[in-house]
Amino acid sequence: MKTNHTYSFIILIAILLFCFVLNISLGSISIPFSEVFESLFGTTQNNTYDIIINKVRLPKAITAIMVGSGLGISGLLMQTLFRNPLAGPFVLGISSGASLGVAIVILGSGLFGGIFATALISKWSVVIAASLGSFLVLLAVIAVSHKVRDTMAILIIGLMFGSITAAVVSVLSYFSSPEQLQQYIFWGFGSLSNLSWEELLIFFGIYAVGLLLSIASIKGLNSLLLGDNYAKSLGLNLKQSRFIIIVATSLIAGTITAFAGPIAFIGLAIPHLTRQIFKTTNHKILLPAVFLFGAIVMLICDSIAQVPNSDYTLPINAITALVGAPVVIWLLVRQRKMMF
Amino acid sequence: MKENNQHTILKANQLSIGYKSKKAETVVASNINFELQKGQLIGLVGANGIGKSTLLRTLIKVQPELSGSISLNNKDLRSTSILELAKQLSIVLTEPLTSKNLSVFELVSLGRHPYTNWIGNLTEADTTIINDALVLVNILDLKDKKCYELSDGQLQKVMIARALAQDTDVIVLDEPTSHLDMYHKAYILKLLQKLTKETGKTILFSSHEIDLAIQLCDTMIVMQKDNVVCDLPCQLISKGVFNSLFPEDLIVFDDKTGSFRVTK
Repeated sequence: MKTNHTYSFIILIAILLFCFVLNISLGSISIPFSEVFESLFGTTQNNTYDIIINKVRLPKAITAIMVGSGLGISGLLMQTLFRNPLAGPFVLGISSGASLGVAIVILGSGLFGGIFATALISKWSVVIAASLGSFLVLLAVIAVSHKVRDTMAILIIGLMFGSITAAVVSVLSYFSSPEQLQQYIFWGFGSLSNLSWEELLIFFGIYAVGLLLSIASIKGLNSLLLGDNYAKSLGLNLKQSRFIIIVATSLIAGTITAFAGPIAFIGLAIPHLTRQIFKTTNHKILLPAVFLFGAIVMLICDSIAQVPNSDYTLPINAITALVGAPVVIWLLVRQRKMMF
Repeated sequence: MKENNQHTILKANQLSIGYKSKKAETVVASNINFELQKGQLIGLVGANGIGKSTLLRTLIKVQPELSGSISLNNKDLRSTSILELAKQLSIVLTEPLTSKNLSVFELVSLGRHPYTNWIGNLTEADTTIINDALVLVNILDLKDKKCYELSDGQLQKVMIARALAQDTDVIVLDEPTSHLDMYHKAYILKLLQKLTKETGKTILFSSHEIDLAIQLCDTMIVMQKDNVVCDLPCQLISKGVFNSLFPEDLIVFDDKTGSFRVTK
């Protein structure tokens, strides 16, 4: 049984590396694999390729890996914590919070004018607004989770945050100009490109903290599979574990939304796909497997979105939904029942 | 008395149980006293809504006692940390499993959590204990099955194996025989009796199977409206405790057979 998983992991890592190189080589200009390798190891003679790879494609591929793995893992955490196969990284209202922040900056500029108007174009203002938005929702959720004993209540409160944001966003859209609306909608499409190395470093820092907290939660997640009372009887500090799981998800999903926009379906579909393939519920195996699957699927989605050899870039969010939704449907039809 | 060479594991002293909210205190039962000995099978019986579950929930530290005290291995339950408790007391509840996608081995191995390291790695000793638990409950052949493939009776055995793997002095089961057919009710209770004999564990269960409990238990705790009695089953019969357990318009207790029958 154990060796079986080892093989699966070796195969997955190989696929991940292949997709990584493929993702870098594909795009509006195709770069041969040999050139990709030479550039990655710094031995290339071709300057144009080198610039494209180092400035554009490599940061984008790394972003894709972090976004895919991060969303998958936070989806896994939420599904186990909320005992709900339909839970995803955004059930806590994190993406709603981010959307609200971004909506206020982009759409609200017409309403408030002044300082907001000047900050309109800056990408950092969007990132900061999204982070602030998701952080505030996170604080609210943590405050609620301290008060409320019932895990399900937190789930519903997260959904309510979503409704409130949607309402505020529609009020703001009513008063905004078509250009602002377009900019907001574009943000909602999600984007993996245009991150500089400095931005990537910040992204990675926060993502890594969230990842470490998730790894620390593995044992607790496994005992949560039995239910809250059993978990407690196994010596698990329920409140503390729940808190760590929520913080980990918020950090990961929050930064991803801030830097890449609200990317749909990956967080929901990847954990289910992984459970199907690895046929286990043990988070010690699921967590690394979800990491690899998430990264692979995201790299593939991004390669498709780039439409190789053309100047078009499709919205990444459309591709993830086009890939993710059929996966969920397929799983449901296959086992007739969604389990976790 | 022969109790001299026995060892008290779980003790309730002037215990009062119920629910506490900011405004009021709802007392479900009070003045509860009992001493449970090592290696005994104890049945907890009483009518619906009398507070059996509340008593069990209090004993396993899911809800606090209103007054009085519970001591486990001579230590007050209030000062026992949840991790210490996890090594001394395991539970089997009526609530359904959160995930039925677990395999039997995975589920039983979760019982080792209080002893494993931060990431839950099983040592060879852990694996041996898990396998022993599976053998004791006679479900070694189900090891690789998923929980959703099991019948209610099998699942109950798996949950008991999980509690055994937790390697505790006391196992508390809340209505382990509900949902089961007559044969499996007897099978599970007989299994519990076997476990107390073979492992020396103290097993406390609540049940509505009074007839079976009278035949199999070493001690019984009977909960009634205003008092809680703990004694040997034969003593309880001769004291006439069971006669007043239910209103006598429908069923009456027969002292000779030790069972209830429907009035004609």
